[in-house]
Amino acid sequence: MSFYFAIVGTKDNPIYEAEFGTSKQGGDGVARFREEQRSMNQFIVHSSLDIVEEVQWATPTMYMKCVDKFNNLLVSCFLTAGNIKFLLLHDQKADDAIRQFFTDVYDLYTKTLMNPFYEVDMRITSGVFDGKVKQAAKKYL
Amino acid sequence: MQRGDSLSSPFVPFSPNPSIQQGTPTSTPPLKHTLSSSTSSNLRYSSSRKSIYDRHLNRSQRSELSKASFAFLFGEMVQYAQKRVNGIADLEKKLNLHGYSIGQRLLELLLWREGRSAKRETRILGILQFITTTVYRSIFNKPADGLEKSRDNEDEYMLIDNDPMVNSYISVPKEMSQLNCAAFVAGIIEAVLDGCLFPGRVTAHSVPTEQLPAKTVFLIKFDESVIERESVLG
Repeated sequence: MSFYFAIVGTKDNPIYEAEFGTSKQGGDGVARFREEQRSMNQFIVHSSLDIVEEVQWATPTMYMKCVDKFNNLLVSCFLTAGNIKFLLLHDQKADDAIRQFFTDVYDLYTKTLMNPFYEVDMRITSGVFDGKVKQAAKKYL
Repeated sequence: MQRGDSLSSPFVPFSPNPSIQQGTPTSTPPLKHTLSSSTSSNLRYSSSRKSIYDRHLNRSQRSELSKASFAFLFGEMVQYAQKRVNGIADLEKKLNLHGYSIGQRLLELLLWREGRSAKRETRILGILQFITTTVYRSIFNKPADGLEKSRDNEDEYMLIDNDPMVNSYISVPKEMSQLNCAAFVAGIIEAVLDGCLFPGRVTAHSVPTEQLPAKTVFLIKFDESVIERESVLG
């Protein structure tokens, strides 16, 4: 099971992306996407932004479970207070685990935002952030 | 403490990899405070290896700031802005910008602190209530004094504060009587609205009355798109 995770800002600009595989049940945590598939990941995730924008006005919740389906891939979304979208591309349903993962990343994103030198919509390049996201992925996905 | 022959000779082979040490049957503990050359970064790490990601976000929730230190800082902020602008409107704009970056962070922090039951606001009334109670309470420890909808314009709302705390130690000279330094708080409000996708302008106006000489009204004017969307949502 492989995942592609992206954080998209308020102007539809990518802020952060990561790929990982499942670490449960013998998975080794490395993403296994076919080469052609890899370049499609970004497109699929960004095309689901339209749907997120529609759905966000219908519901006041932050975690919107699965917003889009493409072939056999699902896109789940978590919307933060400041309209930053966390999008996860995955191939099997795992609502609870994904929700916990999103909550962890939300915590990390808020801490990044507390940095007075970090403006909204800036790219996140911190190695520590990267490490912690991968740690959270290992824990929940 | 005997740890093997390598320590008795004056030439100890230094290597960050402890397993290369000769003659030490016990493994040396890994070196904690040196960076290996593979992480070639110009960043300096604090010696305790803690980053901002290790602080808990609720740590500052119950802490309070002394009014005096804030008053000093705010006074300096106003003076700093005043030197760099010409005109009252520009000064208010600069103060608005200062408050804007605070508002962006406050929005995310407050919603994060609500925990699992956090709800994003999708309606105008909802977001205004959120600002009047939650945001105001977290900054000033009391909710705002009033929220009104303008009768003349569909897109204008007014948030009333009888005595804005930021103005308590600012004295405005007579020739600048139009200036209201609560433009800073207006910036905070504007950022919270923008973050929740309710774009608009927020300005601070002083409306002194007999009992409340420092009464301030924040005029919130939403963009057209917000009103349209609000009517579509029903």
